[in-house]
Amino acid sequence: MELLSSLADGFVVALTWQNIGLALLGCFLGTIMGALPGLGPSNGVAILIPLAFTLGLGATPSLILLTSVYYGAMYGGRISSILLNIPGDEPAMMTCLDGYPMAQQGRAGEALALSGVASFVGAFFATWGLVFLAPQLVKVALLFGPAEYFALFALAFATLGGISSTNQAKSAFAAALGLGLAMIGVDTQTGVPRFTFGEVHLYDGIDFLVAIVGLFALSEVFIFLEHRGTDRDISDKPKMEIGKIIPSWALIRSCTPTMLRTTGLGFIAGVLPGAGASLGSFISYSMEKRLVDRKGTFGKGDPRGVAAPEAGNNAAAGGALVPMLALGVPGSGTTAVLLAVLLALNITPGPLLFSQNPDVVWGLIAALFIGNIMLLAMNIPMVGLFTRVLLVPPRILMPIVAMVSFVGIYGISGSSFDLLVMVGFGIMGWVLRKLDVPLVPVILGTLLGNEMEVNFRRAVNISNGDYMTLVGSPLAITLWAIAIAGFVLPILVGGLIRSRMRMPKDEEGAVTD
Amino acid sequence: MSDRIFGGIGLVLALIYAWQAAIIQESFLTDTVGPKMFPFIIAAMMGLSSIYFLLKPDPEPHWPHAGRLAEIGLAALVLAAYAELLPVAGFLISTAIAATYLTWRLGSKIIESLIIGVGTSVGIYVIFRLVLGLSLARGPFGF
Repeated sequence: MELLSSLADGFVVALTWQNIGLALLGCFLGTIMGALPGLGPSNGVAILIPLAFTLGLGATPSLILLTSVYYGAMYGGRISSILLNIPGDEPAMMTCLDGYPMAQQGRAGEALALSGVASFVGAFFATWGLVFLAPQLVKVALLFGPAEYFALFALAFATLGGISSTNQAKSAFAAALGLGLAMIGVDTQTGVPRFTFGEVHLYDGIDFLVAIVGLFALSEVFIFLEHRGTDRDISDKPKMEIGKIIPSWALIRSCTPTMLRTTGLGFIAGVLPGAGASLGSFISYSMEKRLVDRKGTFGKGDPRGVAAPEAGNNAAAGGALVPMLALGVPGSGTTAVLLAVLLALNITPGPLLFSQNPDVVWGLIAALFIGNIMLLAMNIPMVGLFTRVLLVPPRILMPIVAMVSFVGIYGISGSSFDLLVMVGFGIMGWVLRKLDVPLVPVILGTLLGNEMEVNFRRAVNISNGDYMTLVGSPLAITLWAIAIAGFVLPILVGGLIRSRMRMPKDEEGAVTD
Repeated sequence: MSDRIFGGIGLVLALIYAWQAAIIQESFLTDTVGPKMFPFIIAAMMGLSSIYFLLKPDPEPHWPHAGRLAEIGLAALVLAAYAELLPVAGFLISTAIAATYLTWRLGSKIIESLIIGVGTSVGIYVIFRLVLGLSLARGPFGF
């Protein structure tokens, strides 16, 4: 009951004209960003963070705007999957498998509407899951001391590569790179400068927003430059007829069990570290195929094959917010970016967030419910509008993306130096993606590096220099064990899952959800 | 091969990192761990993974041709120049130039990209400066 009254308070916070307006704007922008290939949830949110700051939005409004973008992008990704057979973002890749065949049969409108409903079901129940699960996780997290936190951070890095990771050494390298970058600047505990090479600009460290926008948004521009005029160029794909947009009740009813099952599965995948929305949609699709595909219609335009991954990835998106809010440790790319929002607003995520800033948490959750209903309304009757956005070719879109990134970063710091660093990160992001080094651990490293070191040093200081304290409690040992398992498991069983997920995937290590 | 080069660079990076960590000036008031320990751990992690790339490289990625590589390098240079030009020439002019260049290189015709570039610049200016009141770079002409 206490939960429900907190939630009601949240609705009071969220139901102001400003917040509703921001949620609407976020949902709209998010759907567009999700629909446009090349812009996904993580780089979409990344571009908007600096803007939210320079506009002087407070913590709750910024979070409402940005999580609406996040949810919106999860909805939007399906549009280009269905119409163009190109996933608008990575979690939507499984939707291509049945969505595009449906469109080819002239049932594009039906596929869009059904996937919209499935997205709603997934996101709606996952948000309820968030309401109930996050406070429970907070209770566990309150038992954590510095040593446990250090182990938890290690766990986040170890599992971030995910079960589908191609090369764990590359994830480890990426994490080290991010952590290393975070060390630049004045040491928070003793006040000595580290790795600054005497450059004054580096004394406050590298702004993680600069790193995020560079790595996520600018590297995408370079990828497009590289692929211009090749078959990866989508500007000249034929347009699909949409057909009728309202799905029949019979269709929705026949897909309901599928949606409910995959919602549960997706939510679990989202909560678990290192899984995220892409894996959520992947396992949802594979499970449904195994479970209900008796006539072998999956892959040939079966509506259930559209509903399953969409419910799965939206549920996973909601699930991924659980560890981010309750523990302050994100399990996926976009939630890492959302964590950056909190950190930049000087709000410490984690268990204390729920007691110190309940208005932020519950306002955000209430806004997710509101946004979800808005998204359903936007994505069924107004889906035609978004399909028109797909006509904007990348040659116009990508320069806008680049320029808006510059505007945002310049707005925060007003310094050319930061912009140069951002371009540097853009190039670095491009090279790393070519080499199949995941970018998310780099981001997470720059975000969490200092916090991780603080906990490490605090734990050892408390025990007077005894390093064994890091594995000194059953809780810490458990966390380390999960971390090690999460790191080693992909090496043992990853190949199997990878080879199945490989097929519809990009060649570049894409920026994941 | 790419992975081997990458591993080599990573290893050098890790060594430089460890060396830079070793020369951190510790203050007289320091905790038991000190500011060097964590960087050393990071350097070790980076070094170990780099050695792994040297020993077991992944298959070669698809590198673009030299022309495209130059294309990307040039775009990065243009963006860097844009960063430097912003405070000098102001937002509207520098953004128009940079956006025109990118649009052109992404495959628009030159006249078309000029229009798109100027349109992008003016559009962003109107939305972010005039509607949302963000402070953008001001040049000698005040815009």
